[in-house]
Parts: sequence; C-alpha cells; structure tokens
Amino acid sequence: MYSKKLARLAFGVLAESTFKCPLTRSVSSRVNAARSLCSWTLCLHHRQKNQLSEGFSRRLTRLNVRTVSQTTVDPAEVRKFQAMASKWWDLQGDFAALHSMNDLRVPFIRDNLLNMHGIQQLGKPLAGLRILDVGCGGGVLSEPLGRLGTDVLGIDPVEDSVRTAELHSSYDPDLRERVRYQACTLEELAEEEAEGFHAVVASEVVEHLADLDAFASCCQQVLKPGGSLFITTINKTNLSYVFGIVAAEQLLRIVPSGTHDWEKFISPEDLERLLESFGFYVEAIRGMMYNPLTGAWSWQQNTAINYALHAIKCKEEPQPGQVWAESENLDKPGRATNYS
Amino acid sequence: MFTFAKARLAVLGTGRRCVALRAFSGALRGVASSESNEESSTSENQLFDVIISGGGMVGTAMACSLGLDPNLAGKKILLLEAGHKKEMDRVPETYSTRVSSISPGSATLLSGLGAWDHIANMRCKPYNKMQVWDACSDALITFDKENLQDEMAYIVENDVIVAALTKQLQTLSDHVKVQYRTKVVKYTWPRPYHVSESIPWVQVTLANGKTLHTKLLIGADGPNSMVRREAGIPTVKWNYDQSAVVAVLHLSEPTENNVAWQRFLPTGPIAMLPLSDTESSLVWSTSHQHAEELLQLDEESFVDAINSAFWSNENHSELVETAGSLFRTALSVLMPDSGSARQLPPSVAGIGPKSRVMFPLGMGHATEYIRHRVAIIGDAAHRVHPLAGQGANLGFGDVAYLTKVLSQAAFNGKDLGKSMQHLLEFETERQRHNLPMMAAVDLMKRLYSTNAAPVVLLRTFGLQATNALPPLKEQIMAYASK
Repeated sequence: MYSKKLARLAFGVLAESTFKCPLTRSVSSRVNAARSLCSWTLCLHHRQKNQLSEGFSRRLTRLNVRTVSQTTVDPAEVRKFQAMASKWWDLQGDFAALHSMNDLRVPFIRDNLLNMHGIQQLGKPLAGLRILDVGCGGGVLSEPLGRLGTDVLGIDPVEDSVRTAELHSSYDPDLRERVRYQACTLEELAEEEAEGFHAVVASEVVEHLADLDAFASCCQQVLKPGGSLFITTINKTNLSYVFGIVAAEQLLRIVPSGTHDWEKFISPEDLERLLESFGFYVEAIRGMMYNPLTGAWSWQQNTAINYALHAIKCKEEPQPGQVWAESENLDKPGRATNYS
Repeated sequence: MFTFAKARLAVLGTGRRCVALRAFSGALRGVASSESNEESSTSENQLFDVIISGGGMVGTAMACSLGLDPNLAGKKILLLEAGHKKEMDRVPETYSTRVSSISPGSATLLSGLGAWDHIANMRCKPYNKMQVWDACSDALITFDKENLQDEMAYIVENDVIVAALTKQLQTLSDHVKVQYRTKVVKYTWPRPYHVSESIPWVQVTLANGKTLHTKLLIGADGPNSMVRREAGIPTVKWNYDQSAVVAVLHLSEPTENNVAWQRFLPTGPIAMLPLSDTESSLVWSTSHQHAEELLQLDEESFVDAINSAFWSNENHSELVETAGSLFRTALSVLMPDSGSARQLPPSVAGIGPKSRVMFPLGMGHATEYIRHRVAIIGDAAHRVHPLAGQGANLGFGDVAYLTKVLSQAAFNGKDLGKSMQHLLEFETERQRHNLPMMAAVDLMKRLYSTNAAPVVLLRTFGLQATNALPPLKEQIMAYASK
C-alpha cells in the first residue's frame, strides 16, 4: 500500500496528465469577466485550472457561485457523481479517502450521540435512534452507522449511487433491516418527514450543494428538537486550495480531478453563522487532516483544510439567555469532546 | 541459509503486503464461489459473524473471549470442533501427559474469561523457580522471582484448560454456539472486491453437507491447519529431527515440588515440570530413534534413563570444565553475589500407568496471519519447540489481541472481516511479538544440539554471563510472561 501511494505521488509530480472522463469531454472555457472581489492570484489560479484540466465541466468562475435557488441539488454535481457511481466500494479506488475517513467520522458521530442519549444497548450502542444521511452516495457512512444499531435513511439525488448502496447492503441481513436508501432530494424528504430524525449527517456534501440556505432550512425541518447535525466539509482558504484542490486532485490523485470547486467551499465561521440563523447551536468544530502516505485521517487543531462540525437544533426560538432551557424529554447536550 | 530464512520471515512477516497479491489469490479462490448462488436464499439462517474453526485450548479461549466482549454482544459466533465435548465433572485421579506452562499473562486472560477459577478448583501447579543447565558443562541459569514467594508460572494439564473453558462457554450459550463432532471439508473464499451475483462471505462446508456462511473465519485448527492450507498462506516450516516423549513421573519421595527443571543434553532437552508434591511431568525431546527406544524400555530401565539423564556428568570434558570454572571465578570477582549453586532435581521412582507417548517436533510460522475475512491464531499461525514452554502462551496472546482489535472494530461499526485495516493491526502486532520469541527458541535449540567444544564453550560463557546479570534475566522473564 505504501508503494502504491508513493508511485501515485511520483507519477503525479512527474506527469500532469489530466483525468479523462468518458462522458463529458468538452471544456467549458467561459470565463466571466466580472470578478471584482477576487484577488489576482485567485484569478490566475482559476485560469490555470481551466487550462490544465479538461474532462468534467468546469464551474463558472463567478464570485457568487451559489445562486439562491429553491433546490439544493446542482445538476453538474449530479452528473459528476453519476459517472463514478459504480466505484463506491472499491476500497483502493477513487473513494479510498472517504472510506478511511470513517475512522474519524463514525467515532465523532457515535460519541456525540452517546453523550446526548447514553448507551442504549450493549453491542448496539445507538439502537433506537434515527439518522438521516444526506448525500449518502454508495452508503460508505450509512453502513457503519447501521451496524451501530441506528435506523439509517440514506438519500442521494444520484440514482445509480443509491442502487449501488442498496445492492451492497442487501447481502448483510443486519443492514438490510436497518439501513434504507431513497433516491430523492432533501427538500422532497423534508416535506414528508418533519421532526423525524435524531440526527442528520451531511458528510462531504455541503461543498457540492447549490443552495446552502435551503439545505439548512430543510435540516432544521427534519430534525427533532435537540437533534444533532453533523457536517464534514472543506474550508475556504488559500491552504485548502493548495492542498485540497491542487495537491489532492491534480498532483496526488487522492480524488478525481474536478471533484471539488473551491468557490463552493465554506469556512467554519460562515457555516456557523448560517446555521445559527436557522436555529442551530454549533457545539463543536474540529480540524481533520489527511496523510496521503498512510492514507489515514487524523484530528488536528487547525481547521484550515478539512473540518467536522456538530450543531444542535435549538429546542425553541433562540433568545438571549434562554437557549438552554431544560426540556422534559431530552438530556442536556454534552460538551465538545476532545479528539486528540 | 538459516539466517536467510529468518530474514525472509522478518521481511515477509512484519512488512505491509501489497493488497493486490491478496486480491489475486482471493480471486483464484473465489472462482469456486459461483456455484452457491442457489443457496443464498437459505443462507440468512446460517450467516454468522464469526466462525472459529478448531476447539482446542486457543480456539475455545477465542470463543469465550469474543462471547464475553461487550462490544460484540449480539454478534453470532460459532465454534466448530471435530472432537467431542470435553467435560470434566471431577478431575481424574491420574494426571494426563499433555501439560502446558501457563505464563502470568495467559493466566490473566484466563481469569478474565472466568475460566481460571475452574482451573484452580480442578488442578494446577504454580512453580516459583526454574533451573536450566547444560549437560556438557557446569553452566546453569536459574530464573526466579525476587523472594521465591511469587509464582513464576503454572503447570496445567491441557485437558483441564479445555474443560474449564468449555464450562465457561456454556454460560454464553445464547450467542456463542458450539458444534462438536463437526468436521469441515471445504472452505470457499469470497472475492475481496464487490462483485454482484457472488456471495461476499466465507463459506464453510461441513462433512454432513450443510453450508455455513460467516463474515470472519478464525482458524485455530492446530499446526496442520486446514484453514491456513486452503487459504494458500505460505508457511515457513521445518521438522526438527526430534520427537518429544512425554510421561507422568512418580517421585521417590514427596517434596515441595515447585521448581521446573530443564537440562540440555546433546540429543535434546529433558524437562521435569512439577504437577504435585509427588508427581511431575516429563518432556524429553530427543532423536526419533532414541525416542522409540525409550518407549520400548520397561519401566525400570526408563526410570534409570531419566535419572541418569538428569544426574550424570559423562558429557563433561576437561577443557570445558576448566574453562567454565575459570570463567565462573572471573564473574564472581566482578559480581560477588551472582551465580547460584547447582541443585539436582528430585529422583524418579516410577511412571504413571500407560502414560508414555511420543510426538514429532517441528517449527512453523505462517508468513501472513490474515487474509480477506480470515485470521489464523495459535499453532495454526506459529509452532515452536516445547523447550521454552511458550507455545500455548503465544496462542493466548493472539486471542487477547485479536479480541481487542475486533471489539474496537465493532464499536466503530466496521464489518469484522472486510476492513483489512484492523486485521492488519492484529497481524503486525502479533508478528512483532512472536517472531523474536520463535527465533530465540530455534536458536537455543540449535545452539544446544551439539557437543562440539567451541560451541559448548560459547554457550557456557553465555549462560554463565546471563545468569550473573539479574537485569537481563528479569527482561527475559518479563518477555516470556506476557
């Protein structure tokens, strides 16, 4: 495994050939002239990006990439993931980093939920809880959560991914009962399942969405009061551009080229502000780091590149000094857990 | 050639392997899995989380350990054993010939499983001191704890251990199932990557025609492991040209029998392990031919042979004696209160009825302990010479660590057999512990198999020097007690 990673690194450094996607070969070379608030270096990078990579259709380099639409789903992103739908469970393939991220995200989710609800049952610590996995893809995160005893509903707009996920979990009778998948969008689900879930997990999803406000509002609708929202995503900094896009996509090929668009990254402060405006209280933010040589993730203090966030839906309208009124039914939320 | 083999062991054993190699061999094995599509409808009832193949000391301990782990509560575990159930309501009067030396680390594991209480109630003998000496010189080394009050290790009959563990298993019968008198005829391996229309589990075909599926197969089926063979795991192994003769000895007079004795003869080590105040267990490793002769002897001659093996000095040579005593004097100048007087083991008067058995000895080490959805533990993974009494302890060490790794994986929601990461952690950690021990045991065996003067001198000096260094002895004891 070491040799493969080193070879990849060496290859990436030596030959900067691009990732060829069979579906979309056209290069979107439209460059919008209006970029008043971008720094020149950023513009330079974007232009270089456009010249370097063909294959997946590039995002327009407007400043405000996310239009305020009524849907969270971005059709370009859907097409991108449609092409990769069969590769979800290839542990050494394009999604290898997501599989190894489970070592961080599953304990993060598990421990925070245990803090709030306590161990339900030995062997199935999270039994009785309902979790919604938004953007579940092939079920990479839904399956471990299902094994811990939760009832998981995984949703994804890409039908092929959902089918892959269903097929993969169909062999295991434990998972078949507890993990369900649905090919729909979060807005569609929010209409049916108001206040139905103890937790919502949106891992590596927020950077692919079209409209974050709609996303936050739907999460607020589907969560029970006091329910948890877990998000892992990438920060919007120069460092995340260098490591998250240039290094990860083009040099080291940790993810396929074109997977991420720097414009859609969001900083933890912005995300926190957004969530608080929708009635959430952000309880913990932790930085994560990926080591390309070992293929392993680890927690770190710095949130400059990847980070994980845990927010709790406030039980009533947030008013100063009254946010933590005790509720009869639910336990007091725990403090941020130390993950070092 | 010998060092090359050891180096190869080290390289293959402790490095991380290319997964493609496993995938390739897994694909080879997985070809046979296409036949069982029609069984998929009935397989739900027979899908286990863990199947342990082999119900000896290590296999039964593994089943107990998994059954008692809180993170694995609710998982379905099955133990398959080809023999019949070993129960022991009362301990039989006569001692059985196969005994093991249980280190404090293994005793801790067994008491954590709740089996140690049963063992203590049945029969076990703690010993406080061990004397190991050469037949070709006066060199000796003694191991003991500081004040001779604490126990160094325990001698327990293998049957007693299995019976105690079986008793504990019965209390876990709701989620650990055991099938006795069950022989496995075939294993079918899954492909490591997800292919539709194929079953992703390991299939175990029994002699009675039933097929079981499991997410993780643990092979604990002894030195000639079928699991290891069928999985195609390359093994480094060789036969020693030695067989061990075991017997139960009756001592001439009752004594406070709490010392383990081992003397290295040129033909092989002879060991006397205490069982009670009047009886001891004999383990005499010697050439095949001599072993057969010993079995043919009548009781008196056999007893004489044992006594003379322990007591006679016929292998001493002038040169070695002088050199040895010179060295000992030198050491006593440097370290005045080191060195110990040589004591002689108790003399033997008779042997237990019908209790002489012999079995061949060899060394074996599997280069990999794991495959996709497979792990091997105990003698299936490593087989050593009995001269250091470590075979069972290495196996119990495997049990403890694999349980810890699987428990953590289950708490993280992982598929127990699929994610190689936690299995690799088990393999790396245990190989790092087992390989040095096995290399040391093999080295000792070869070092003491000759009476050529230079080698004798070398080992005499080495043994005396080690005996004179308490910190070194403590390190050795600590390592062997894990």
